Amino acid sequence: MAVTVELPRALQPYARGQTVVVLDRPVATVEDALGALEDHWPGVVDRVLTEQRVVRQHVNLFVDEENIRHLEGLQTRLPSRCTITILAAVSGG
Amino acid sequence: MSPTPRRAAAAKKRSKPKAPGDVVILVGTLKGAFLFWSDKKRRKWKMEGPLFPGEQVYAMAYDGREGRNRLLAAPRSMHWSAAVRTSDDFGKTWSAPDRQNVRFPEGSDLSLAQIWQLTPGPASEPDLVYCGVEPAALFESRDGGESWNVVRGLLDHEHRKQWHPGGGGLCLHTIVCDPSDRRRMLVAISTGGVYRTSDGGKTWRPRNVGVRAQFLPNKYPEFGQCVHKVVHHPARPERLFLQNHWGLYRSDDWGDNWTDVANGVPSDFGFAMQMHPHDEDTVYIVPLQSDEFRCVPEAKLRVYRTKDGGDSWKPLAKGLPQKDAFETILRDAMSADAMDPAGVYFGTRSGKLYASANEGGSWAAVAEGLPPIVSVVAAAVA
Repeated sequence: MAVTVELPRALQPYARGQTVVVLDRPVATVEDALGALEDHWPGVVDRVLTEQRVVRQHVNLFVDEENIRHLEGLQTRLPSRCTITILAAVSGG
Repeated sequence: MSPTPRRAAAAKKRSKPKAPGDVVILVGTLKGAFLFWSDKKRRKWKMEGPLFPGEQVYAMAYDGREGRNRLLAAPRSMHWSAAVRTSDDFGKTWSAPDRQNVRFPEGSDLSLAQIWQLTPGPASEPDLVYCGVEPAALFESRDGGESWNVVRGLLDHEHRKQWHPGGGGLCLHTIVCDPSDRRRMLVAISTGGVYRTSDGGKTWRPRNVGVRAQFLPNKYPEFGQCVHKVVHHPARPERLFLQNHWGLYRSDDWGDNWTDVANGVPSDFGFAMQMHPHDEDTVYIVPLQSDEFRCVPEAKLRVYRTKDGGDSWKPLAKGLPQKDAFETILRDAMSADAMDPAGVYFGTRSGKLYASANEGGSWAAVAEGLPPIVSVVAAAVA
């Protein structure tokens, strides 16, 4: 039973090259999960959340296949086994 | 702060070693940065880059104090935000800070949007570097640009809630240091106007007397002007020149009072302004037609230069397109090197980079087809 976090290529250097991080403690929400991720890889979370702990505008977080923007945001509750995927949004210019 | 390992930037061919007197133009664009290198003759240029491909680079700087040859850049990813990165090998490798090194403190209710300006401090404090950011705030580094702290006196300024974003956002884009007094400094905010400190950043007072705010009912408020750029010459630091959102000004008293010096320009609207490196009476600007149509007047690309402190301005157009040139030059897209004669450089939103090796007497295109240019910094290798 574990929550895993999949990292996009741009953030892997901030987790010593890992593509997937398995969280090492139980977490109840996405916010908790990011907190657990931050304990080991703060550079990753810096780039996902603003200083105000808001998900950056052009970043999307999915719990399995659901975008948390369509759920409860950072307060989205997590099943005991799931994958959080961090992705760059479809944006650019 | 975690250590900042050096990571290779974009894969590059082995380049010729840089020598003292070589000149570099640091060009920041909306899709990365480019370096253009030349020898002291400045006839041929070699491009390197893009560095930080895909990222906006609004601010770059060269720091040659105390024997270092450091480049600083502030790339911003649309997705992952911005950081200040440094290179001590002329751009081959760059620091890669694990944590975002420019961060608003807890409780500020602010988050970094963009880094607009990087300014090395006085020569007497060679590890001091400043950066100006959006939302408007000033940060300082005491280790040459690796780690940063917000300047609290300006962050907590009572006027903050009354500053409003201009077209580029609420940005602190200009930092002018007094070379002889580390405690005195001036910054410019769009839109907030000019603020000056005389106590090392603890307190800041607006310094906008005489500067017009065309877009407000009260045309001459205490603060709230949309100042676009301020420059001065280190040999005469108290005399400042200001390109405003409508208005061209000079102050002879560190900004206490401003006088209109739009004498002979086709428009007093514009963004870019550059001080001559050796002559305290000579300043360069690129007037734009209006704030509604931000292109050069008559579609003629002309730099204007004063050699008498703003009493008169003359166009410099030799080598620049004089027909159908619908060009825009942004506030940080102009620079000069410290050679003699001075080189002057500017970039356009359409991605053209121009250079003059004779103080503006004639110009030549260094590059065309770059991404939109937002910053240009020229320097001679120490």
